[in-house]
Amino acid sequence: MLKKATTSIKNKLFVTFITLFSGITSAAWDDFNMTKGVTAISKEVFELHMLIYWICVVIGIIVFSIMFYSMFAHTKKKNPNPSTFHENTKVELAWTVVPFLILVFMAIPASNTLTKIYDDSEGDINIQVVGYQWKWQYKYLEDDINFFSNLATDWDEINNLTPKGEFYLQEVDEAVVIPVGKRVRFLITANDVLHSWWMPDFAIKQDAIPGFINTAWTVVDEPGTYRGKCTELCGKNHGFMPVVVKVVSQDEYDAWVQGKKEEALKMAELTEKSWTVDELTQRGEGVYLKNCVACHQVNGQGIPGIFPNLAGSDIVLNNKARNVEILMEGVQGAAMQSFANQLSEVDMAAVITYTREAWGNAGNGDGEIVTPQDIVEYKKPKA
Amino acid sequence: MSAVIESHNHDDHHHGPAKGLTRWLYTTNHKDIGTLYLWFSFAMFLIGGAMALVIRAELFEPGMQIVEPEFYNQMLTLHGLIMVFGAVMPAFVGLANWLVPMMVGAPDMALPRMNNLSFWILPVAFFILLSSLFMEGGAPNFGWTFYAPLSTTYAPPSTTFFIFSVHIMGASSIMGSINVIVTIMNMRAPGMTLMKMPLFVWSWLITAYLLIAVMPVLAGAVTMMLMDIHFGTSFFNAAGGGDPVLFQHIFWFFGHPEVYIMILPAFGITSHIIETFSRKQLFGHTSMVWAMTSIAILSFVVWAHHMFTVGLPLAAELFFMWATMLIAVPTGVKVFNWVATMFKGSITYETPMLFAIAFVVLFTIGGFSGLMLAITPADFQYHDTYFVVAHFHYVLVPGSIFSIMAAVYFWIPKWTGNMYDERLGKLHFWLSFVGVNVTFFPQHWIGLAGMPRRYPDYALQFADWNMVSSVGAFLFGASQILFLFIVLKTVMGGKKATPAVWEGSRGLEWTIESPAPYHTFTTPPKVN
Repeated sequence: MLKKATTSIKNKLFVTFITLFSGITSAAWDDFNMTKGVTAISKEVFELHMLIYWICVVIGIIVFSIMFYSMFAHTKKKNPNPSTFHENTKVELAWTVVPFLILVFMAIPASNTLTKIYDDSEGDINIQVVGYQWKWQYKYLEDDINFFSNLATDWDEINNLTPKGEFYLQEVDEAVVIPVGKRVRFLITANDVLHSWWMPDFAIKQDAIPGFINTAWTVVDEPGTYRGKCTELCGKNHGFMPVVVKVVSQDEYDAWVQGKKEEALKMAELTEKSWTVDELTQRGEGVYLKNCVACHQVNGQGIPGIFPNLAGSDIVLNNKARNVEILMEGVQGAAMQSFANQLSEVDMAAVITYTREAWGNAGNGDGEIVTPQDIVEYKKPKA
Repeated sequence: MSAVIESHNHDDHHHGPAKGLTRWLYTTNHKDIGTLYLWFSFAMFLIGGAMALVIRAELFEPGMQIVEPEFYNQMLTLHGLIMVFGAVMPAFVGLANWLVPMMVGAPDMALPRMNNLSFWILPVAFFILLSSLFMEGGAPNFGWTFYAPLSTTYAPPSTTFFIFSVHIMGASSIMGSINVIVTIMNMRAPGMTLMKMPLFVWSWLITAYLLIAVMPVLAGAVTMMLMDIHFGTSFFNAAGGGDPVLFQHIFWFFGHPEVYIMILPAFGITSHIIETFSRKQLFGHTSMVWAMTSIAILSFVVWAHHMFTVGLPLAAELFFMWATMLIAVPTGVKVFNWVATMFKGSITYETPMLFAIAFVVLFTIGGFSGLMLAITPADFQYHDTYFVVAHFHYVLVPGSIFSIMAAVYFWIPKWTGNMYDERLGKLHFWLSFVGVNVTFFPQHWIGLAGMPRRYPDYALQFADWNMVSSVGAFLFGASQILFLFIVLKTVMGGKKATPAVWEGSRGLEWTIESPAPYHTFTTPPKVN
């Protein structure tokens, strides 16, 4: 299968060369140029890009033509006696002033577009975007919706064990959903290190910075699924936390909001239910693979010197209270973050129980498990 | 410019170099120290280059094949740090050591013992930096820009060693710059006024001032990191009331002048080579000096163009956009002057000239993409993509590094007394020229199409050009082995060089014999 993928890349390479040499067709153009995007702003940005590009091309052609003319016409063979001129105030003044005027001409539309982008008034919908190592959290401020968006591409695809899908590295388990034609404002921040939220089709790229809230806004006119990425180095899985936004009609959006609210109710019921060890372990494995595996690895052994080993760890085996505390509060000064807001009570309990049961840990420690009620208890204000 | 040379050869027998290893350890001779710097930077160029090839090998195809993402990040960090601080900067300091005294008619650098010290602490710094690869938790993995808090709270333990090595590199650069300034200001031959100074000397005078201004800022930034990591401060930690954006302001206040530190000496070198092989006096010597000075001054007020997406206020974005665009004016003047120098000249194409012309063309392309990046709204799309990677590699590889190679071919007959092999030199040029363009030109397209930088793996639509880029990188890397061979061959022997070496050569260094005697200008020449 690996071989098949290689062949297809080679075919693509061949096709690309053919298109390049037979005159670039508009279909291939997207592979070479900035995306035009689907908002008024992104189209303006594209126009600016093309304007400055053509200015550069024209200047380049003029300067290099003169240079190449000299290179051919003024060789030692053809021009054995060089001229002796070495300054000319008028010419020098001209090639200082003319570029300056071109720059002023360019600065005006650029400044105008920038001013439009910097409008941070309220949106119809306000979504808080929080960067985590290595996923995005989206909170809909008006509707009290809150979820995490993880890479959905299977690690087997990344490690070349299975063929890569169409949206390789550009797919998530849960996309942001926004309605078409509405002003949506994003409030962007981060929980651990710097990230940057980039959606090329909206021409939005804003750094997500702990302790700061940056804003960006958009009005999208065309429904569709749009794909973006994290663009600030944020650690080892920087390349594996894409952004996906689904733009839908107002009706579809309302239905989606309703669905999310019902989901939250169901989750509350699950918290009340009494769980068996097997149920918790089973659910916990899924949670672990989604949230913990990047650092602590599938075998729980982490990476020596950076990410601690959980298999046979004394805290995991014998210290339930500290175990819960680490997941709820994170570890100060280390990469371990608080998962209190990321995981529901059920998932939190499940994942801790899973780590206490997996990798031969079962039977080696105090044998205690953590239930959703333990987490609810932990969250209650302490006297 | 003409010079009167006193006979100084009779001194040589009791002032020749010492023998053996101690010659190099204890030397205070500017030529020896220049040679040490140049060999050191070449070694670092090969190490940093090997790391680049690890990166390109991983990016040859989508998917993770060769390294883990964690190690990939270590490679891209060390590649950047080693190329900037280990290859380009020491190479320029080596050229300054060799050439500044000979160009201004001085017997040596003004502070020879400090000169020895500023070189010999460099290998120590890089030994420390490279040893972090073998430490528990691995080498620094946060990019050469080491943004906090990834480089503080979330960094591997080896970061402390990284901080120490940056301190040592900074001390070395500051000492080197002081030496250059003191030499230029005090040891010029009689008659050599500032405006008569050769442009390489001018470019280094300005570079040295930039270094003295910004290296302490870098030292400040890493010291704050050290405090945050070990002493519980919160300069860059938002949870403790600190400010992660402050780190970027400090870093780029150093970082932007730093990128001009890596290009100004290249401007000087190119000017010398183009006028020599055009057999025509450089067009606009005075305007070249003013252009370099304005570029240096502007470099202090454009740093935030690296930070357009951090959420600066509108007024700041507008100011930094306009200031950045303004840099195109003096840079344009320099390019126009080079073209005007060639115009109606009498040009031949020896290897240094080929590299210099490629420098002008490809550096200008890097300048154009720089102008595009200055347009803030468009930068929101370009920022942190491969478009930026293409941009700064165009100004650094066929920019700075081509100029260093041009300089080596241009002055190596003076250093060794032997001519290099012209056919091999040209072969090296064409291989490097093709390699560099095949590597970096497609990266413009990859970036515009949406591939972020510092990604160990990528979506399928970027596969074709990444493969092309990787092929180019291996071609470029392999052709540098040829460069090593050419240099060694020239050191061993070759056609004997005349004192003037080139038909069109101008300047004091061409008035002394080739190879340059161990001590030159013990009696200052007189410049009319």
